[in-house]
Amino acid sequence: MSETATEKGADRPMVHAEQVHKNFGALKVLRGITLTVDRGEVLCMVGPSGSGKSTFLRCINHLETVNAGRLYVDGVLVGYSEKHGRLYELAPREAARQRRDIGMVFQHFNLFPHRTALDNIVEAPVQVKKTKKAAAVTKARDLLAQVGLSEKAHAYPAQLSGGQQQRVAIARALAMDPKLMLFDEPTSALDPEMVGEVLDVMVQLAQEGMTMMVVTHEMGFARKVSHRVIFMDAGKIVEDATKDDFFGTPRSERAQQFLAKILQH
Amino acid sequence: MTSTTAVSEPELIEAVPLRHTGRWIAATIVLILVGLFIYGAATNDAFDWSTYWKYLFDKRISQAAVVTLELTVLAMILGIVLGVTLAVMRLSPNSVLKSTAWVYLWIFRGTPVYVQLVFWGLFTSIYRQVDIGIPFAVRLADFNLQGIDAAFTFAVIGLGLNEAAYMAEIVRAGISSVGEGQTEASVALGMTWAQTMRRTVLPQAMRVIIPPTGNEVISMLKTTSLVTAVPLTTDLYSKARDISGANFRPIPLLLVAATWYLFFTSILMIGQYYLEKRFARGSSRTLTNRQLQALADAQVESMESQEKR
Repeated sequence: MSETATEKGADRPMVHAEQVHKNFGALKVLRGITLTVDRGEVLCMVGPSGSGKSTFLRCINHLETVNAGRLYVDGVLVGYSEKHGRLYELAPREAARQRRDIGMVFQHFNLFPHRTALDNIVEAPVQVKKTKKAAAVTKARDLLAQVGLSEKAHAYPAQLSGGQQQRVAIARALAMDPKLMLFDEPTSALDPEMVGEVLDVMVQLAQEGMTMMVVTHEMGFARKVSHRVIFMDAGKIVEDATKDDFFGTPRSERAQQFLAKILQH
Repeated sequence: MTSTTAVSEPELIEAVPLRHTGRWIAATIVLILVGLFIYGAATNDAFDWSTYWKYLFDKRISQAAVVTLELTVLAMILGIVLGVTLAVMRLSPNSVLKSTAWVYLWIFRGTPVYVQLVFWGLFTSIYRQVDIGIPFAVRLADFNLQGIDAAFTFAVIGLGLNEAAYMAEIVRAGISSVGEGQTEASVALGMTWAQTMRRTVLPQAMRVIIPPTGNEVISMLKTTSLVTAVPLTTDLYSKARDISGANFRPIPLLLVAATWYLFFTSILMIGQYYLEKRFARGSSRTLTNRQLQALADAQVESMESQEKR
């Protein structure tokens, strides 16, 4: 599998991780993650808090740097360049270039509070991709319509509900035409009645064939749209199964316990 | 609304407004005191109002006021540029830059500005000339500092370097006030560090930086009266003292200077109000008129479309 870096063609996996380790000082957060995510696949990552799901997601767009192992997105090594058998740290500019076509949605939305919904979406295409302002605005309006918020174009984030903010945040990520979307507990900070509107947008995205990696506690969503579920515990993937297998008959005891707890309520 | 769906709405409330008795009593007392003070000031010969009016728009005074403004603007520019640099140095991971900035702050905040200004006045006695070149080897050029009349320059440098120490802390507080999530979101969108600073962090930091900076400008305008320590004698306060030294009427001339200072600070306060308003965008849930109108329009539209069904 080490030839992944040189694989060519559209059938190469979107994400490929090999024995990825991540430490924060003495704390080992990821302890050997090996995983392949195909194009168009929707992968849900579940597990107790502190199991390393979010950290792994953040490694994929290099918000965190891996300490050991290799991580490839679309066949390109993340965070380093490899020459003559040695790894070189990427210059910040190069790292920024890698992140461009990976969309990320955060638990706390992280919209820019000093910009309107529309300007939040327009910002990255204009600043990073150097898209013409008018074209970016047209596209932003389409995206706002797609997430059902056309009438909120000129509202500031503070004037939007949590669910609306998260939908704008999804639109903001989509504006960069990402090939991969990362969702870090996108509904955990929302009131229950707003969870649905965000999940609807994500379901729609999944049906359009977007490659998605979703850290979530929403078992309903995992059941409905995911192709595959991985269960993580203590920095390792304990179970990697199709959706039906996972919810039907999880093999590991740890996953069974977790599901029993989470589905009780 | 059509008659079939109309529901009679309750009448709008027209309540008797609350009476603010306390406010009226306070206002009366204050008015009486102000009246007494104005009467006293107008009839007291010590204030010498005729001299006040004579000098208020005197050319020497207005020229001195311009010097005061120049000092304020130039010293603030120097202070802000150097202050931002120091703030970034203090926040940088480079420990050499960090401690250099700390030492700067320690010295310039730890000594009185008056003492610093006296020091700058003596600068030419300490360093008689400046050589440019490689130390101990090549001398390319030299400037004789004692030859130039540098009081104004040294006043600006003295005020500006002192100000930089305070601005650095203000800017640093502003940058630190912007949440980590903001940087993360920008970086995740592919923005570089410089873009993140310029487009995301600094505009939000401005909301924290602007109000105290406004205070600093106002404070600087008044601190310029200390440049007499350099000594620079062309600013507003020094000029007023000069004139009163000749005509022996210090009180009306102090009032003249105070009036000009008050006039400038008032203008600055108005400017500060609008700046703060501009940088507070997005920080409040309160809707602007334009947004309220858009919502009202949407409401009417949806009601109409419901009625049509």
